[in-house]
Formats: sequence, structure tokens, C-alpha cells
Amino acid sequence: MIEVKDLTKTYHLGTVEVPALRGVSFRIERGETVAIMGASGSGKSTLMNILGCLDLPSSGQYVLDGKNVSEMNEDELARVRNQKIGFVFQMFNLLPRMSVRRNAELPLFYAPQNGNTSSQDIRKRAEAMLVAVGLADRMNHRPMELSGGQQQRVAIARALINNPSVMLADEPTGNLDSHTGEEIMQLLLGLNQSKGLTLVIVTHDPNIASHTQRVIRLRDGVIENND
Amino acid sequence: MHKLNRLLIEALDSLSANKLRSILTILGVVIGEAAVIAMLSIGRGASASITSRIESIGTNLVYVTPGSSSQNGVRNAAGSAGTLTIDDANALVNLNNVEAVAPEANSFVQIVYEAQNTRTRLIGVTPSYQDVGSLTLSDGEFITDENQSARSLVVVLGSSVAETLFGSTSGVVGQSVRMNGQPFKVIGVLESKGGTGFLNQDDQVFIPLSTALYRLVGGERFRGSSSIGQISIKASSAKAVTSVVSEVTLAMRERHGTVEGADDFTVTSQQATLAAATQVTDILTIFLGGIAGISLMVGGIGIMNIMLTTVTERTHEIGLRKAIGAQRRDILLQFLVESMVLSLVGGLIGVAIGWGIARLMGSIQIGGSAITPVVGLDSVLLATLFSMAVGLFFGIYPATRASRLQPVEALRYE
Repeated sequence: MIEVKDLTKTYHLGTVEVPALRGVSFRIERGETVAIMGASGSGKSTLMNILGCLDLPSSGQYVLDGKNVSEMNEDELARVRNQKIGFVFQMFNLLPRMSVRRNAELPLFYAPQNGNTSSQDIRKRAEAMLVAVGLADRMNHRPMELSGGQQQRVAIARALINNPSVMLADEPTGNLDSHTGEEIMQLLLGLNQSKGLTLVIVTHDPNIASHTQRVIRLRDGVIENND
Repeated sequence: MHKLNRLLIEALDSLSANKLRSILTILGVVIGEAAVIAMLSIGRGASASITSRIESIGTNLVYVTPGSSSQNGVRNAAGSAGTLTIDDANALVNLNNVEAVAPEANSFVQIVYEAQNTRTRLIGVTPSYQDVGSLTLSDGEFITDENQSARSLVVVLGSSVAETLFGSTSGVVGQSVRMNGQPFKVIGVLESKGGTGFLNQDDQVFIPLSTALYRLVGGERFRGSSSIGQISIKASSAKAVTSVVSEVTLAMRERHGTVEGADDFTVTSQQATLAAATQVTDILTIFLGGIAGISLMVGGIGIMNIMLTTVTERTHEIGLRKAIGAQRRDILLQFLVESMVLSLVGGLIGVAIGWGIARLMGSIQIGGSAITPVVGLDSVLLATLFSMAVGLFFGIYPATRASRLQPVEALRYE
């Protein structure tokens, strides 16, 4: 469950203060699917960064699964990102030198509970996850050898590997053709159904937003619409 | 354990992604490390060879030399006072722990055999000198008591003198050579002891001390004088040297009626010479190693440079790793391992090459004798640890910079 109250974020560019968020409050229930929409400059990327624990708000409260994130230090935030949040990016953000399997394994190595897990177990978990996203026969390929849709599937497998409670997708279909984009959306929605994963998608594409239960529309750093 | 494994695999992955760059960076460390190993081993080799030469003269020897004379307030060279006499030498024989006493008079002389001649060190000695100086004859006999009392015109040749004059060290006994116009009969030839320069113990000849002092015509320094150049004393053991030095000093003061600080003689021991030589070669080793260490530091700066480039290039990757849960420590470790792999690989190759250089230097003759470089396990360990420390030291700054990147900004970086 996500709960934000009076979130503000102000960037300081030299002496100029640029307010990106000016008091945003909402709740997202566990298992809900929500789209965050808005024009560029509306503050949706800033909101996304805060929801993803990549950045802290200037003021206001952010409670994720009962924990007040807005008061955490850097390492605690890293732990929350590792354990609670799965990221899917527009540009996939896979590491080109590593095989698909090792890309999917990556978050496991930063998970403290895996200190004594054997390499075999880690490998098996990554393989199971890749099978689940339909990449059983691509595990030892490099990301560059895969199509865009396949790369995004790897990113989804990576996001899922630590069993997060929230999936944050930033324009997940932005770099894909409409057919492949639709497939990726179906995959994400399926995960929401089967695992009860909370799905938050940042997009400016109304087609994508039409798949979600709710749309939060931002404009100039405040919520314009929430239904 | 598999965490370290993974860090190593990732480090090797990313280093092999930029092969040329990694190789060039490693090369800097290789050169530095090889230089350190080679220089240390050459220093050690020089030290060992000088020590063994001094030890071949004997470490249980004590020398008494005359003080310097003073004329109108101008002090002359040490040994110029001419205050030592044969009586001094005879008096020292009865001291505790003294095994043998050998007075000697030194000069230089032109020695002639038929058409051959050479200039060499002439030493007038008593029979006990053979024991004190650990001399071994390859042919003939050493100076005897009869030679000494009869002031005989006999000579014992050092091996290189025999080589020069006769072209051989055998079949020389019985021949006659001339020094200062007087004929001397060769009664013995010494075995080679090795040594070069001022330490060459083969380029000298021995005659009876009495002959040197009273009969050697033209040997102005000696003629009609009972003063001698040096008294060598053999202590019963190396351990007894210190007590012999103090006893000899006291006995000499009593005989000469001098007080401490105004002595007209000097007592030194071979151990003091050895200690001084060891100190000199140690300083040489440190100096050589230090200079080589500078090149290792330069190699380290190369690592730092390349790691800073790597961190900048991989800003986006760092952002991604942080986004999926990497803490500062994880990123720090990742880049530290990478720089240490660079320095360690360079260090190991450098040790091998340095060892090769040391071997090569050992086969080159310097001043007629080869220095045998000593590649000690300790210097290998030291140099390897040093190269790792260099990797750590120069890796910390880039790695810290990487670990401090903010995930949002790093992810935005293209």
C-alpha cells in the first residue's frame, strides 16, 4: 500500500527555486493498477522518483507498506528499492556485458538475505523468472541480441526476482511498437492478477492508461484529476 | 564467498570489455613492479657479494693503525705518524683471547721478471701473517722464522701477480724476481681469494718484515726505521672481538702513555668495516628500491586515471545498480575490486619480469665479477603487497566517487 500526503519537491537551480511537486496526496491500495499521466514538466517523473525511493520529497510524507520512507537514509532507501520495488524503464536499462540470466540475477546480489544462498539457487530463481516471462530459450544471450520486447521482458524478470510489492513502470512501452507494447502491457497486467502486485505506470499514452483501474493526472505539480 | 566470486567475475568482465585500455594500465604497474623487484634484488646481490668478500678476509680480526702526524697544526693522513713498532706488536701477543699478532709494513713496488713487470702492493710480514690473513698457498711455502731472522731476500707472490709476471701460478717457486733493483727468490704462490679494486687480495706480494724494514734499498719509508704500518690481531673468535678491541686499546695506551681522545693509534675491527659496508649497501638498496617505487606510484596514478574514466562512462550503470538496490558499499567494493585486480595482475606479471631482469643482470660482468642478484621471497611479498596497496589507494577515490552518485542523476546520465 502506498500513501502520500502533501508531497512537495523543489529543485534548486543556482538561486532559482523550481517547484516540481506542490502538495500531492493520494493512496494506492495493494493490488491496484494505477496510471500516472501528465504533460512533460507536470511533475510526473519527480513523483515517480519519489515513489520509487530514488529521491526524497522536500516535505510531506510517503508511507510504503506501513513504513515512513520520507525519513530513511540512503542505505535504507536502497534496501527498500531492492526488496519492495520492481523497476521497469523505458530504455530497459539492461547491462550490455552480461547475459540475460545474469541481468535478471542482479538484484539478488544486493539482497541481504541472499548472503549465503548458493550460486546454483540464484541461477535457478533467475531461470524460473525468465521462463515465466517467456524467455526460456534466450537466457545466455546478450541483451543486444534480443528484440526490444524481449529486452523489456528481461527487465520485468529482473524487477520481479526479489518478489516486490510494487511494480513501477516508467513508459514501459515507450520504445516499442504498438503490438509489442500491448504484449508487455498484458504481461504486466497478468502479473498484477496472478501475484497481487501493485502496478504503477507512468505514461502519456492514453491507450496504456485505459488498461488501468485508475488514472492520476498531474498538472504543474498538483493533481488535476484522480479517478 | 560467492559475493567475492561475483565481484571478481564482474571486474574481469568489465576489464576485458576494454582490453587495450586495461592492458596499458596494467603495463604501468608491471613496469613499476618489475623495477622494484629488479632493483631490490640487485641491491641485495651487491650487499651479499661485498659482505662475503669482507668475510673472506675474516670477521675476527682487529687492526691497530698509527694515528696521523701533525706538522705546524696541519694534520696529515691517518697512519702517517709512524708510531707503531714491532715491540708494540710483541706486547700484544700475551693479551687474553688473542690468537695471533701480525705486524706489517706496506708500500708499493715495481716488481720485475725478465721482460715483464707490474706495480703491486708490497707487504712486509712475519710468519704469523699467514694465520691472521687466512692465506693458503697453492705452491711453495710462506715466510718462515728463518727468513725473518736472516732478513732473507725471499718473496711470496699473490696469484694475480704470478699470473702477470709468469703467465702461470705453477712452476714459479725458485724463480728470481727483482724489486728496487734487488733480486728476490720466489718461495711461494698464494691461492686466489677473489675480490676486486681495493679489496683485491691477489694483487700483492709478501716479504719478511725484517727485510722490508732494513734491507729493501730505495724503500725510503721503511729504511732504518722500526715503525710499522699496521698490526693485525686475530681474536680467538668473532665473539671475542669486542673485548680484544678494548684490551688492545688499553694496552696500547699504557705503552704509548696516551689518554682517550689523544691516542696516537687507532684500533678497528673487521666487524666495524662489515657493519659500515652493510650500511652502505642497505642505503643503496633502499635508494634503488625507492626510485623504482616511484615508477610503481606512477603506475598507480594510471590506475586512478582509468578508474575515473570508467566511473564516468558507467554512471548510467551505477544509477541502474543503485535503483535495483545496490548500497554505497556495494558500488564502492565493485570499483575497488576492479582497480585491485588491475594492480594485482600487473604486480604478478611485474614480479615475473623483475625476476627475469634480475637473472639477466646476474649474467652481466661488472668490474670483472658478476653480482648475483638475490630475489628474496620477502621482497616479492613486499612488492606484491605494495602493488595491491597502490591499487587500493588509487582506487579509493574513483570508487568513492562512484558510490556517492545520486541514483536519479546517474540514471538520467547518458
